[in-house]
Amino acid sequence: MIKNKSGYATRSFKDHYLERKLITDRVIVATVLVFLMFILLLARLWYLQVVRFEDFKTRSNNNRISVIPIAPKRGLIYDRNGILLAENRSVYSLEVIPEQVEDLQQTLDFLLNKNLIEEKDTEAFQERLKGQRRFKSILLKAQMSEDEVARFAVDRHRLPGVKIEANLIRYYPYGEEIVHALGYVGRINERELNRIDQSNYKATRYIGKVGLEKFYEGLLHGKIGFKQVETDVQGRIIGSPLREQLPVPGKDLKLSLDIQLQLAASKALGAEKGSIVVLNPNNGEVLALVSNPAYDPNHFVTGISSKDYNLLTSSDDQPLFNRAIRGLYSPGSTIKPHLAWTGLENKLIDKNYTISDPGYWIIPNEEARVYRDWNKFGHGTQVNYRQAIIESCDPFFYDLAFRMGIDILSSYMFQFGFGQSTGIDMGEELSGIMPDRKWKREKRNSRWFPGETVITGIGQGYWVATPIQLANSVAQLATGDKRYDLRLVSHISSDFNGKSDNEKSKAQPPQTQSTDVLGYWTPTSVKEAKVQADFSNKTNLKMVHEAMYLVTQFPRGTAKNAFLDAAYRSAGKTGTVQLFTQSGEEYDAEKTAKHLRDNAVYVGYAPLDKPEIALAIVVENAGHGGSEAAPMARAIMDEYFLKIKNRKKQTQTAVSDKSVSDFSRSDQMVDKVGE
Amino acid sequence: MSMIDLENNRREISIAQYLHIDLPLLTGILSLIGFGLFVLYSATGESQDDLNRQIIRLVIAFGFMFIFAWIPPRVYQQWTPYLYILGIILLLAVLLFGDKGKGAQRWLNIGFRFQPSELMKLAVPMMLAWYFHERKLPPTYKELFFAGVMIAVPTLLIMVQPDLGTSLLIACSGIFVVFLAGIPWRLIVSLTLIGSVYAPVHWFYVMADYQKQRVLTFLNPEQDPLGSGYHIIQSEIAIGSGGLKGKGWLQGTQSQLEFLPERNTDFIFSVLGEEFGFYGAILLLVMYAWIIGRGFYITVNAQETYTRLLAGAITLTFFVYIFVNIGMVTGLLPVVGLPLPLVSYGGTSMVTLMIAFGILMGIQTHKKLLAR
Repeated sequence: MIKNKSGYATRSFKDHYLERKLITDRVIVATVLVFLMFILLLARLWYLQVVRFEDFKTRSNNNRISVIPIAPKRGLIYDRNGILLAENRSVYSLEVIPEQVEDLQQTLDFLLNKNLIEEKDTEAFQERLKGQRRFKSILLKAQMSEDEVARFAVDRHRLPGVKIEANLIRYYPYGEEIVHALGYVGRINERELNRIDQSNYKATRYIGKVGLEKFYEGLLHGKIGFKQVETDVQGRIIGSPLREQLPVPGKDLKLSLDIQLQLAASKALGAEKGSIVVLNPNNGEVLALVSNPAYDPNHFVTGISSKDYNLLTSSDDQPLFNRAIRGLYSPGSTIKPHLAWTGLENKLIDKNYTISDPGYWIIPNEEARVYRDWNKFGHGTQVNYRQAIIESCDPFFYDLAFRMGIDILSSYMFQFGFGQSTGIDMGEELSGIMPDRKWKREKRNSRWFPGETVITGIGQGYWVATPIQLANSVAQLATGDKRYDLRLVSHISSDFNGKSDNEKSKAQPPQTQSTDVLGYWTPTSVKEAKVQADFSNKTNLKMVHEAMYLVTQFPRGTAKNAFLDAAYRSAGKTGTVQLFTQSGEEYDAEKTAKHLRDNAVYVGYAPLDKPEIALAIVVENAGHGGSEAAPMARAIMDEYFLKIKNRKKQTQTAVSDKSVSDFSRSDQMVDKVGE
Repeated sequence: MSMIDLENNRREISIAQYLHIDLPLLTGILSLIGFGLFVLYSATGESQDDLNRQIIRLVIAFGFMFIFAWIPPRVYQQWTPYLYILGIILLLAVLLFGDKGKGAQRWLNIGFRFQPSELMKLAVPMMLAWYFHERKLPPTYKELFFAGVMIAVPTLLIMVQPDLGTSLLIACSGIFVVFLAGIPWRLIVSLTLIGSVYAPVHWFYVMADYQKQRVLTFLNPEQDPLGSGYHIIQSEIAIGSGGLKGKGWLQGTQSQLEFLPERNTDFIFSVLGEEFGFYGAILLLVMYAWIIGRGFYITVNAQETYTRLLAGAITLTFFVYIFVNIGMVTGLLPVVGLPLPLVSYGGTSMVTLMIAFGILMGIQTHKKLLAR
């Protein structure tokens, strides 16, 4: 060992030769060490690959452990009475492992000849085949009938690599009747794959695409499980799983929606294009949500053909379009009660205030523009607020809106939820437009003109609302209480996290709404909307309610024909929304093309004194609200009060009937209006 | 310096000399990469896309290699201390502002994501080589103490990120310089003894649970065959079932049926072992041995202490990569997340590695003829 006592001082005496020799010696030592370690690696490889070759070869060939993901069961969806709206059904699918097939084309031809698959199946299969590993099972045909499964079994031995798989598939028993409320699931696509936690979807083929199914995807899907199995060289499973982690099924949802009412609403709307939304005004629950035309979601689950899909997307009637939450309609005269209330609140009108209606209205001192009444003969010389609502007098509201000004008008209508989302738990909702000066400046880059306020007064112009918004505004007006964020899901099944499917199924969902003995359901929270109207003056509210009641009762009430003989007291307001302005000419429904005809609108609630349901109906190109939409409202309310409520009475023994309470002043009112 | 070359040597110079490329080293690297791409293609499940991405990465890494081969070693010798200090600052910055990736703080976002520990892989051996170059060899105990501090600071900074694998490799690269610089054998022996006494203390008071688990699994993989021992067992089955000649390219069932974990990165040697067998493994080791042998040749023939120490440390570190990775997949060493150099898919470390080869070439090709 070379001693060095002098430290830095020796720097100038650096012996280059000695240093070089020192390092070279060390490199030689390192080389020897490296060589020995290489020998060590080779020895290990020799041990593994030569000495224990047979052992590992056997393990490689016969005993392979593979991890098989198990898809969780998707949560079910029930209506408020426990009737299944979305379930999982067992279906058989035909799958192919390309690696195990000797001649793929020959196999496909064979299946084609046997009528087990069709040409379009093979095309879709070839598409799926691309970029897939050859030992992975690939879908050939999604749904096999019992008969096809049996016929396949006969030829199974001739078809190595082709197998039948049993899968759970989403099924919607009510199909298109409820599709716009539920949405649907479909095959996971590339874009969705990037958005989701892929490890949790390894075994899952379907994902919520639209509506509730999409909105509640996180709850409905559940958590994936695994089993570790031994497989032979072909990948066949040997024996029972070595280790198993059961999947956690998705949460079940219970909707506030009543399928009986939904079907009644759907039937009422019939073949017409449009939408019906029925709410419980006391808590924001959606009882029915219809948008017509619709489509069968079950086609999307199994994979709709591109031809059928193109038919749906290219149809002028837009069946895929959810009119209830995305259809933007002028509310028309249906918002006259809201405006009358605003006028009363702001003391712009009182019960004695009248105008003279010659069948048109002009802005004071401005003769240039004439605003027409729908009735060219007018509604008389002394039209008060009540008559204006009952007969839907336009000039009264032209005058009111003009004096109110757009600032007050839109800020009050904003309190009724116009121009905002209703918070409905299905996503994709449009918030409509409640125009004001700011909106006009930003969107149209122009100032607000007084004439625009005038037509806003009869729910036309820039003002557009969705049917669900309209229903919610009426619900709020009906109760004179809070407006709530709307929701379809009233209960979510309680946390069974970590418990197996078996344990969960012990706690069966109760079949009726009233009993929840096992604590199966956890209610969702009722949320008040952010912006609320101030209903502290009950007199004003009552005056509007009375007028809305008379719409359905008074001889000249626009919804009288539909409601006169109803067994319950309901209030409402019709609307007939002009889509097409004819200059000078009389509007003639018969001569106007169907798609340019007026939209019929109706809003209403019942019973009058303690509202249980509120609804909005928009029927596209149907004509008058009173003659077209109001009878639909009647049918729905009849269903609710005469059938659904009776059914509940039968199941609930103790019912105190409060509904018979006298609306004492109604007769007097009729007299007064008649003066 | 090339000016001097030209003046003293009127012979026509080859392209390799002009580019300062060391042909034997380049040959070794290219054949290794060629073989590696074949294995990778199989390991990625015959993915043309993955192969293309790897080739693009290799081309970029080669670009860096050429640049660094062209720079005379004297240049970065002058810059060494600044580079080292910059590296330490960046490591501190990572701890303070770094991005978290996979639970560890390793990245610094400076327009692009940058891993300062990669810089340190080169800066640490450079710094120590620079330090000993300035002093008489063999080093005194005082000098050895300072050298130890120079190694310990970056090692600890990376260890707390936490990135145990990289920190140990960086410690190794520094220790190799100290070893080559002539640390007394007596000291080596006593340090080894102290280390073996300290090991149990480290186990009980320092190591994180996941690190302990790795060691336990390594000691007895069969104890938990479906848990963390799974990787090692599957890897051994893959390699062992390859036998002498292997199952053939693209024919490895263990690899192709996805029994092997991370088979295109850390466990790519298992794919090679399964499909090309013992002979294939020997071929790979011979290629590595060729590169290491050339590295030692360059070390011994370098002209200055700085270049000698640096070349030796680079070569030995390269070997450690190989030994740790192959040792891991064959069950000789615990599972440490280290790629197989020049063969594994991706990895930011590829550029660093090729820069190191560039430096090695530069050391060989920028020699002053005067010094002979």
